[in-house]
Amino acid sequence: MNAIEVRGLRKTYGDQVVLDGIDLEVATGSVVALLGPNGAGKTTMVHVLTTLISFDAGEVRVAGHDVRREPDAVRRAIGLTGQISAVDGQFTGEENLRLMADLHHLGRAAGRARVTELIERFDLVDVAGKPAMTYSGGLRRRLDLAMTLVGRPRIIFLDEPTTGLDPRSRRVMWDIVRELVADGVTVFLTTQYLEEADHLASRIALLDAGRLVADGTPTELKRRVPGGRIRLEFDDAAALDRAAQVLGARSLDESALALELPSDGGVDALRSLLDRLDAASIDVDGLSVRPADLDDVFLSLTGRQDGVEVPTR
Amino acid sequence: MTTAILSDSSTMLRRSLRRMRRYPSLTFFVAALPVILLLLFVYVFGGTLGAGLGVSGSSTGATSGAQGRDLYLAYVIPGVLLMTVVGTGQGTAISVAMDMTAGIIARFRTMSISRAAVLAGHVLGSLVQAVAAMAIVVVVALVIGFRPTTGPVEWLGAIGLLALVAVAISWLSVAMGMSTGSVETASNVPMILTLFLFLSSAFVPAASMPGVLGWFAEHQPFTPIAETLRGLLFGTDIGSSGPVAVAWCLAITAAGFVWARRLYERDPRPRPVA
Repeated sequence: MNAIEVRGLRKTYGDQVVLDGIDLEVATGSVVALLGPNGAGKTTMVHVLTTLISFDAGEVRVAGHDVRREPDAVRRAIGLTGQISAVDGQFTGEENLRLMADLHHLGRAAGRARVTELIERFDLVDVAGKPAMTYSGGLRRRLDLAMTLVGRPRIIFLDEPTTGLDPRSRRVMWDIVRELVADGVTVFLTTQYLEEADHLASRIALLDAGRLVADGTPTELKRRVPGGRIRLEFDDAAALDRAAQVLGARSLDESALALELPSDGGVDALRSLLDRLDAASIDVDGLSVRPADLDDVFLSLTGRQDGVEVPTR
Repeated sequence: MTTAILSDSSTMLRRSLRRMRRYPSLTFFVAALPVILLLLFVYVFGGTLGAGLGVSGSSTGATSGAQGRDLYLAYVIPGVLLMTVVGTGQGTAISVAMDMTAGIIARFRTMSISRAAVLAGHVLGSLVQAVAAMAIVVVVALVIGFRPTTGPVEWLGAIGLLALVAVAISWLSVAMGMSTGSVETASNVPMILTLFLFLSSAFVPAASMPGVLGWFAEHQPFTPIAETLRGLLFGTDIGSSGPVAVAWCLAITAAGFVWARRLYERDPRPRPVA
């Protein structure tokens, strides 16, 4: 059974279409990253899947239950750690966790045991007795996730779990997510960091302006941009301009006097490129070839790079 | 299911009470304001207002300042107690708005807990706070000379009616707190209730107000409530005020409950994320 099944999901705010016909299936026990820039609709997607908001069209099933007809059954199976911190700053970490234990009806003894276990597992022992409002961003996020886990949800939603965290806290978060997956939990996370998606997810869905533009394993996605990119560096701006003209390249880095071209990775293509520069007697100062990464996938699929169009070959 | 509602509500109530214990300043102000008002109304305005009530106890027709104060203390007690309830409502609206603007509410909404329990926790907490604050006000009033002239049965009736009013105002305040998008607005909305209270017979008789105001005072909920309380405490004529007061309380409770539930079920507004 799939943990998440989405068919034809549409969500609008007024005349603004936020999700425009999303189809997505997430296998039980897998980690899926929903990757996309700010405003792509990632949070809206998470909110629909976690029964927080309604939607206009489509069918959404989570943990085998229709989110519209059986929201409570869905809620029993899921946990959400959203972008806005969902801890109560006025209470201590331990009190926050105990509140969750009570709301999950764990009972006094079992509740206490679970809270203690999570405090230890998330390395919160030293701060458990302090009000959560005094916590650093990383601590807060850890408490937030610990609260989500009190009821042992089978499907966990993490909305940009590492945004705003320092590199060390990010590593800690990644380790925690990997442990969850090892326990057999299904994880649905959103991120704007390609590196994070590459690191954690067994599958990546690329969301852009409310549409899924790609969906596959990191390797599959990288294969869609074969060969990677060739980077050429020049001595001066004049040479850069002429080269750009000759090669029809629009991806210029004027401050570094460099341009980038997509490449199929073949030697022939590289040779013909150099021949064309030779014929135009343009001197190349430096050349590097790098394999495709998710950045390239993202750029070639969305056709954008900070508002600059990426050359089509 | 029912046991889940009860246990979730009591969990949420414990949360409200713990917050009150941890941050007692809010409760303190909730009780302090009506006490100050009580003293102000009795010792500053009381002499004159009492004399103007037209129920002079002296045969000469003239009322001394001290007599006026005593008269007015008796007259204003229901108003001050109602003011306490309204003040508690303001605190409730603020803490509801604090919950709603924080991420914690998204957590509650995505958990399998009774929808009503989250709100009921606030209402029950508010009720406890209102009762505690009113007890303080009554003690101060007793110290400065408040002597209810009726019997224990009537006193129980008065306590019951005040509890009913507190439940009604709490549900209304919860809904008001949810309807506003910010804590700042939430702290101002219940001011409307304070204004309603002043435009009733709680502080001066409705009959003493001019035309439209007088009519408004006669027909709004706080007047029958204040008149009933007065009757239950001092044996004045309640007339038809009793059932009308109870009806108003039930109607406001129902409206506040339905409104709050509706707001809770509603999609949260899309909020810009920092």
